Amino acid sequence: MIDREQVLHVARLARLSLSDDEVQQMAGELSKVLGHIEKIAELDLDGVPPTSHVVEVPNALRPDEPRPSLPRDVVLAAAPAVADGGFLVPSPQAG
Amino acid sequence: MTDAVALTAAQAAAAVEAGDLDPRELFEAYRARAAADDLNAFVWVAGEAPGEPASGPLAGVPLGVKDLFCTEGVPSQAGSKILEGYRPPYTASVVARLAEAGAPLLAKTNQDEFAMGSSNENSAFGPVLNPWDRSRVPGGSSGGSAAAVAAGLVPWALGTDTGGSIRQPAALCGIVGLKPTYGAVSRFGMIAFASSLDQAGPLTRDVTDAALLFRHMTGRDPRDSTSIGLPEEVRLPSARRLDGIRLGVPDDLTGEGVEPGVMAAFEAALDRARELGATVERVALPHADYGLSAYYVLAPAEASSNLARFDGVRYGLRVEADDLLTMYTRTRHDGFGAEVKRRIMLGTYALSSGYYDAYYGRAQRVRTKIAEDFKAAFDAVDFVVTPTSPGVAFELGAKTGDPLSMYLNDYFTVPMSLAGIPAISIPCGLSEGLPVGLQLAGPAFSENRVLDAAFALEQALGFDGSGARQ
Amino acid sequence: MSDVAYEAVIGLEIHVQLSTRTKMFCGCELGFGEPPNTRTCEVCLGLPGALPVANAEAIHFGLMIGLALDCDLAPRSIFHRKNYFYPDLPKGYQISQYDEPLCRGGKLGDVRIHRVHLEEDAAKLIHLGTSGRLHGSEASIVDFNRGGTPLAEIVTEPDLRSAEDAGEWLRLLRTTLRRLGVSDVNMEEGSLRCDANISIRPAGTHELGTKTELKNMNSFRFIERGIRAEIARQEALLRAGEPVVQETLHFDPRTEAITSLRSKEEAHDYRYFPEPDLTPVGITDAMLERARAAMPELPAARAERFERELGLPADGARLLAWRTELGDYFEAALADDGDDAPEPQALANWLNELVARIETDDPAESQVQPRALASLAAMVAGKRVTQNAAKQVLDRLVAEGGDPAAIVEAEGLGAIGAGDELEPVVQQALDANPDVVAKLSAGDMKPIGVIVGHVMRETRGRADGGAVTRIVRQKLGL
Ligand SMILES: [Zn+2]
Repeated sequence: MIDREQVLHVARLARLSLSDDEVQQMAGELSKVLGHIEKIAELDLDGVPPTSHVVEVPNALRPDEPRPSLPRDVVLAAAPAVADGGFLVPSPQAG
Repeated sequence: MTDAVALTAAQAAAAVEAGDLDPRELFEAYRARAAADDLNAFVWVAGEAPGEPASGPLAGVPLGVKDLFCTEGVPSQAGSKILEGYRPPYTASVVARLAEAGAPLLAKTNQDEFAMGSSNENSAFGPVLNPWDRSRVPGGSSGGSAAAVAAGLVPWALGTDTGGSIRQPAALCGIVGLKPTYGAVSRFGMIAFASSLDQAGPLTRDVTDAALLFRHMTGRDPRDSTSIGLPEEVRLPSARRLDGIRLGVPDDLTGEGVEPGVMAAFEAALDRARELGATVERVALPHADYGLSAYYVLAPAEASSNLARFDGVRYGLRVEADDLLTMYTRTRHDGFGAEVKRRIMLGTYALSSGYYDAYYGRAQRVRTKIAEDFKAAFDAVDFVVTPTSPGVAFELGAKTGDPLSMYLNDYFTVPMSLAGIPAISIPCGLSEGLPVGLQLAGPAFSENRVLDAAFALEQALGFDGSGARQ
Repeated sequence: MSDVAYEAVIGLEIHVQLSTRTKMFCGCELGFGEPPNTRTCEVCLGLPGALPVANAEAIHFGLMIGLALDCDLAPRSIFHRKNYFYPDLPKGYQISQYDEPLCRGGKLGDVRIHRVHLEEDAAKLIHLGTSGRLHGSEASIVDFNRGGTPLAEIVTEPDLRSAEDAGEWLRLLRTTLRRLGVSDVNMEEGSLRCDANISIRPAGTHELGTKTELKNMNSFRFIERGIRAEIARQEALLRAGEPVVQETLHFDPRTEAITSLRSKEEAHDYRYFPEPDLTPVGITDAMLERARAAMPELPAARAERFERELGLPADGARLLAWRTELGDYFEAALADDGDDAPEPQALANWLNELVARIETDDPAESQVQPRALASLAAMVAGKRVTQNAAKQVLDRLVAEGGDPAAIVEAEGLGAIGAGDELEPVVQQALDANPDVVAKLSAGDMKPIGVIVGHVMRETRGRADGGAVTRIVRQKLGL
């Protein structure tokens, strides 16, 4: 139903590293769950609109009025690594 | 002080109002009980009472709050290792609202990681024990809140419900849990699981407490676009009879898979409802049986996106690595538990190129059909009633090896979540000495009527939950 | 095959930072140049539990852009999540619009618009170079100040045919947006960013070739040069019998090199789905009315008015109208000199003279007041100063400003029209050129230029050529 290759592809999209065992286990578990989910393929849903918001609140917009930002020391306090007032990360690869 | 702990939250508030109870003593009594918790219901307990005695309609009756609500300066990690030690710089709107109404924060409660689970076994803090039987689960994902309220370690607590996470643990712990209409309560500051389904609600000893707490939770919040509040004020329930009330039992949501003892308690509760003047009818919800499938597409899909922010950059856990990709993948591998990873994978797969239409697109259409089913049902009946959960609290570890059998716990609760309608679980009896929950659901924004009907039934059933309070 | 002529097919994707006060989904104020991470909050940092709420003013600006570009405005549009991981994207997804954008269709100038949608900008990554903290590997810091700035993305149909066309059209778009007041449209500061989709095909054919996407061009000059270089690259490939590969490219303006941005990773899979945290945007009559009322006269309409009302030729009218600052200066000058109003075409010519002499794009930033340019044009028209002398006056105005009449007075640059002053100079010229006088007297008027030239030299250009000719004829009895 969902094979090793697919599990690896999806894990890459989701930025999850998985050990070989985990890949194996994931493939089995996901296949089982997907087997149950397949049930929705039985239904004739032609012409049925999708629901993305179950309660429609049209135009819940915000006036363009400033609110105070957070102090920088508070913002950076939770960060695993900080430098020069910013969040330190390994550089994304250029190529 | 044992007297104070014996009071419901509403009774305690009234006693404080009347001057018979000192709110600081009340707080301290519960603080001591919470600190001595041996159910693993809490992940954080306040060190001392708030400096100023609380004022306001909730009169200082202290509150347990599910870990996933952000509380400024207080650990809030949604039961996950990936947020180890995280203390947010802001407080969730609903917690702030309740504090303003006079319910101070007593403790943060244990939960399934990111609210994903039905047994509270998926917590980075370890499982919560059911106070009725410590070898059993309290249900999930708001398991800490449910166990704490049932055991009398907090007067009341906040939980969240995405597919049953308030109602199911309430049922398994023998207390009351209300999942409001989607949009009734602000989600701002609630660490998201599935945004289009998540709702905060009360877990309480009785229906009156649920109404009282919910009254001060609901309301439009300009910081949550999807919040709308309720069209009318929440009333404390007073109905004693159910004359003329039509209860609908869906053919499509009963029968197979329900434990006989659960079914028996449920049927007995329906008999009491008839005695109160209600009629009980069969009602059709032809797509409800597909709810679980649709739910296990939609919720993981949204979760896969909501949990993308846990990337080791701005907060929480980071596994250092020389390159960015490895930092991301190791951080997320080590930080998330097995169930969370499973759902992230499932959701990512369902949204990925080539699969969207077959999974996410179809599930959204099933959602439309289920909402239509309920609308049609509510033309024929006032409320839909089901058992809350197909079984009573199960043994710890019984279902951890089989995700699908765990997911089936949500079978009765998920359709209401998909339709965005309010549903309450009240204890309706015991099976093998363990509580059974009855779920009662009404149309969107009908919370007052739901609470009233639940109250009438609760009074008639006379369920005694004191067995769980030591 | 080698002498086939190719034509380019170019479409543009433009990102415009909107100049609202606050960000797209939170109340943080927009800024420029503040210290890193001082304009952030739980929402734009993607802290757990925070929720976005859309900025009504950004929707308003989006509607104004839609009206200006003649788009169909969707009565209902929704936001989607575009999912991918990058350190400048705090939530792991960008809130954008996908299949239900705010505006569809439309046209600006000769270029059709495909769509306009709203989204949030990414944060800024600052490369630090090697950092000791990360074991000698390359490190960057993230500054979330810019993150969440409202963006309008404008996508054109592939209606442009050359780098120059693309540059010119982009200038029109920039002027239009500037006139709307919805953006600073400053390419150097990144408030206007442009990607180009480029393909080529044999001229006269209709099938589209394989396109490439050229990214990261941050000035008009680079855009034109980048597109030109990419067209040349594709042409060279096809002439060599090699295929064009569909890919994303980067143009380096320093080396003019074009490099592929294709990473080792698999193709992007953005997993778009409707943003559940935001409700649909429904355009109400009141919102539409407000947007319509806020619309200024746009460059295209202004060019048409210059043509119709002022009799400027189409080219000249465009030139002024498509550069708002020129059009504004022009209209200010036209309005400023009441009793001695200059003729529009002459004034336009003098404005060109002025633009050629100044460093800045905007003549209003020069020393020359619109009133001064208008009165200079009027003095030329009234023959109070010659064309040549007026150019000298303009040089002085550019250098130090002032009033042209005063400069003419002080420098003695006034036109020498007729009579007393001019007559002896003409006589002197005739005396110095007896062979020319002989030809003129014999009826051959061709060499009269020699006499006029002599007089001009002597008077430093102040003489009126017509008057010189008249005096010559008079003196020689012609
Ligand atoms: Zn912000």
